[in-house]
Amino acid sequence: MKAIMISGRTLAQGAGCECKMSPDFLKAVSLCHLSKGDYDALGLCEGKNVQLKNEFGQVVLAPKVDAGLRQGMVFIPMGPWANVLVGPDTGGCGTPQFKGIEVEVEATDASVLEIRDLFRGLRRAQT
Amino acid sequence: MIVEDAICSFCGCLCDDINVEVEEGKIKRVRHACRLGSSKILGHDRIKAPMIRRGGKLSEVSYQEAYDRAAEILLRAQKPLLYGWASTVCEAQKKGILLAEEVGGVLDSTATVCHGPSVIGIEEKGLPGATLGQVKNRADTIVFWGCNPAEAHPRHSLRYSSNVCGRFTPEGRAGRTIVVVDVRETRTSKNADKTVIIQPGTDYEVISALRMLVAGKGDGVPDEVGGVPKAELDGLAKTLLAARFGAVFFGLGITHSRGRYKNIDNALSLVAELNSHTKFVIMPMRGHYNVGGIGQVLAWSSGFPMSVDFTRNAPYFNPGETAACDLLAKADTDAAMIIAADAASSFPRAAVEALAKIPVIQIDPYENPTTLISEVVIPSAIAGVEAEGTAYRMDGMALRMRKLVDTSYPSDEEILSHILESVHRLQRGLER
Repeated sequence: MKAIMISGRTLAQGAGCECKMSPDFLKAVSLCHLSKGDYDALGLCEGKNVQLKNEFGQVVLAPKVDAGLRQGMVFIPMGPWANVLVGPDTGGCGTPQFKGIEVEVEATDASVLEIRDLFRGLRRAQT
Repeated sequence: MIVEDAICSFCGCLCDDINVEVEEGKIKRVRHACRLGSSKILGHDRIKAPMIRRGGKLSEVSYQEAYDRAAEILLRAQKPLLYGWASTVCEAQKKGILLAEEVGGVLDSTATVCHGPSVIGIEEKGLPGATLGQVKNRADTIVFWGCNPAEAHPRHSLRYSSNVCGRFTPEGRAGRTIVVVDVRETRTSKNADKTVIIQPGTDYEVISALRMLVAGKGDGVPDEVGGVPKAELDGLAKTLLAARFGAVFFGLGITHSRGRYKNIDNALSLVAELNSHTKFVIMPMRGHYNVGGIGQVLAWSSGFPMSVDFTRNAPYFNPGETAACDLLAKADTDAAMIIAADAASSFPRAAVEALAKIPVIQIDPYENPTTLISEVVIPSAIAGVEAEGTAYRMDGMALRMRKLVDTSYPSDEEILSHILESVHRLQRGLER
């Protein structure tokens, strides 16, 4: 399913943002909010995750139904999981486009990466 | 002991009515703060000691060793990036600018991944602003555009905007019209009289349509703009024109979307147009508590509000070239110092990958993803909780943050002073 991704603040993200290595932050931020219609269309159920993919990367997130979203739009709390899907281009103004990003969404049995695993492939983050 | 009317050091609201209970040198209870502020003030796991990465692993060292290594990295680099500065006080920011000048680096703030486009838009057009006190006491119409203060600035509505009673707004929420413009329904829109849902990336077009309607040139507006029927936009324009004192608060919904600084430029023009009919003000909802401060301190010391390059003979500012993400994308920086911010969490992945390829010095109270890619880690006191200093509220008011408890950790300002001393010592050594 094609969708437009936006990232942004949530209360739980804010409360955990100075405590990012904790399991609570993982739970608060590695989420993909989507409409009930999209949740059903993707055949999601308890225990299933979603994989979001675009030209910049791919990431597995836990789905969460959000009544505020229209079909075709997904919301990810701001943080390192959302930023996997954000491109580095700043359009000459220094700021990357963190919202309004095209993504491909599908259901998956894969697990959400823990925060240390999300950075494990990078140099100096081997341990 | 109870510290009364302490200032919260979480977001740009800088709520100044927080009561903090301190017992045996530890903060035990926080009253009046929101969930975000309480979580920060109460504190949690800290980085215990300075560390340097050796053989792939971070090992504890003395503060002096960490200062010397940081100085060595900064001096050896051709163009170090000194990034962050949003969660610390102005006194530390001032010291950081001195360090950037001394080592010849680029100093950038978290504004570049936040309200940087607002800063640029405001430079283009100027800001018809107000204090939050004026909004509280006078505003009868408030628009929240692309922002969700109910989750990002939870006490904003209770202290400064929608729901507060003021001198000329004695009825509080009942006497105000609240409008939300967003791409989705949010907790903030639940408290609104009118919610206008637009298609993502159409803020510029919708603002343009409103400018035409407000100016009485609605004939040229198409039947639908940004997914919103013209009649609905016309209704919104009438609501804005009916205000005696209107306030627009805007957030990352428009700075992070297609159009970026042009959206802000256009929103400022809308407010200018409204001011030829009634009184309107506009304000960015600044996130980190002192991201406004680094803009102020940089502006009065270098002439520019962010992304300032000190590698030339005079300060140079060209976002798109000198902003952190651009420097990293173009491999145009060869070392980084990240202070009072977590770049690894807030940058796009490609920028984080670039950051992991160069030596990184981290100055922060907490372990976070930036720690994982750092070569030198220097734990600091929490500014605004364990260290005093000045911070700028989102409306530009400078407030004095008090120290609430003692700590054995050095403040950001002290750490930067020590790194500067190490830099000077190394420079003298090189001269010999």
